[in-house]
Amino acid sequence: MKFANYHRAESIEDAYEILQKDKTNTIVGGGLWLKLSRREIDTAVDLCDLGLDTIEEDEDVIRIGAMTTLSRIEESDALRNVASGIFPRAVSFIMGVQLRNVATIGGSVMGRYGFSDCITPLLALDARLDFHERGTVPLVDFLHEKGKVTDILKAVIIEKSAAKGFFKKVQKTAHDFPILNVAIVKKEKGTRIAIGSRPSVASLAKEAMEYLEKAPTPDEVIIAETARLAKETLKYSSNHRASAEYRAHLAEVYTRRGLMEVNGLED
Amino acid sequence: MKIETVVNGHKRIFDITPDELLADTLKRYDYTSVRKGCDTTSCGVCTILVDGSPVPSCAYLTARAEGKEITTVEGIAEEAERLAEHFGDEGADQCGFCNPGIALSVHALKLSRKSFTEENLRHYLVGHLCRCSGYQSQIKAIQRYLGDAK
Repeated sequence: MKFANYHRAESIEDAYEILQKDKTNTIVGGGLWLKLSRREIDTAVDLCDLGLDTIEEDEDVIRIGAMTTLSRIEESDALRNVASGIFPRAVSFIMGVQLRNVATIGGSVMGRYGFSDCITPLLALDARLDFHERGTVPLVDFLHEKGKVTDILKAVIIEKSAAKGFFKKVQKTAHDFPILNVAIVKKEKGTRIAIGSRPSVASLAKEAMEYLEKAPTPDEVIIAETARLAKETLKYSSNHRASAEYRAHLAEVYTRRGLMEVNGLED
Repeated sequence: MKIETVVNGHKRIFDITPDELLADTLKRYDYTSVRKGCDTTSCGVCTILVDGSPVPSCAYLTARAEGKEITTVEGIAEEAERLAEHFGDEGADQCGFCNPGIALSVHALKLSRKSFTEENLRHYLVGHLCRCSGYQSQIKAIQRYLGDAK
């Protein structure tokens, strides 16, 4: 990405104003993918001075500032205590330490990248996004939206309720994007199953979740059927990393294993 | 545009374009230890320290380095020399292209005073690719270096 101007925002309002001035103006998160884009824009807006790089918690929620680096998430004790720590664990598998010291949660979410190892666990955790203008939006809704976002993400919000979690990333090497990732969070009020890198952006396996809902204490048979539904009802595609068939197979296997784990059953 | 920063303990003012990346700036200003490999944040060769943390300089906006402390291998010459001795003893050195980046990440690890198992160390160094060594001898050398540093 090429840009003619760099603007270090002095406030969210300042950043928002610049963003609205020219449709090419863009927020840079960590800035890691600038080189991989051929776009030419007028102004890159940097939020690095706005104090959006903190993880705060109260009794009910954890609020992760949009400019928080993946390294900080990986080391957060507060996040390790939510749903078996699946979010910091998922983040720890993303490339190397150097990249995680720069990549931000805001950039990872706003890019709606199919290969994201952040979005899948956040979707299973039912995360909400706090925007400057729109206020709070469920991540699941944001992922369905199309087109350029002209609002500014301030924070990602996660509930602290008791939950068990499972995360699995399948990759060819320790340094690669995922072939597929699966995140499962079981709370008192239900279980959420998110499957990402299919290779499109993560989705909830809704039919599988609805089926599981009918069985408060699922056994192996119900879990196997839920996993089959996760395989059959989501769309899987092929790319240079894996075929659609292989991805669908992995989705069934790891959904089953994950559900066994969060339900305390031996595989 | 101009930015002021501190490189290896010395104040520097860089004249840069708004979209310039730090690896390019440092090379332009003759910090020759900074290397470019993949140029896509994948290989770790371009690693430098910004405020003590390893970052991929090939993808770090120079404009964002305003007011920050940058360390290249030139800034940790003695430590790098010590690590190099262990690399030599373990036969971990072949082409040496990846060494500056690894030296800086290991230096940051040492400063963090975290205790690391071999498994942790391997995970920590995932972002450094080496096409010569197969990593085993490097891991041994780094463990010896960190052990000496205790």
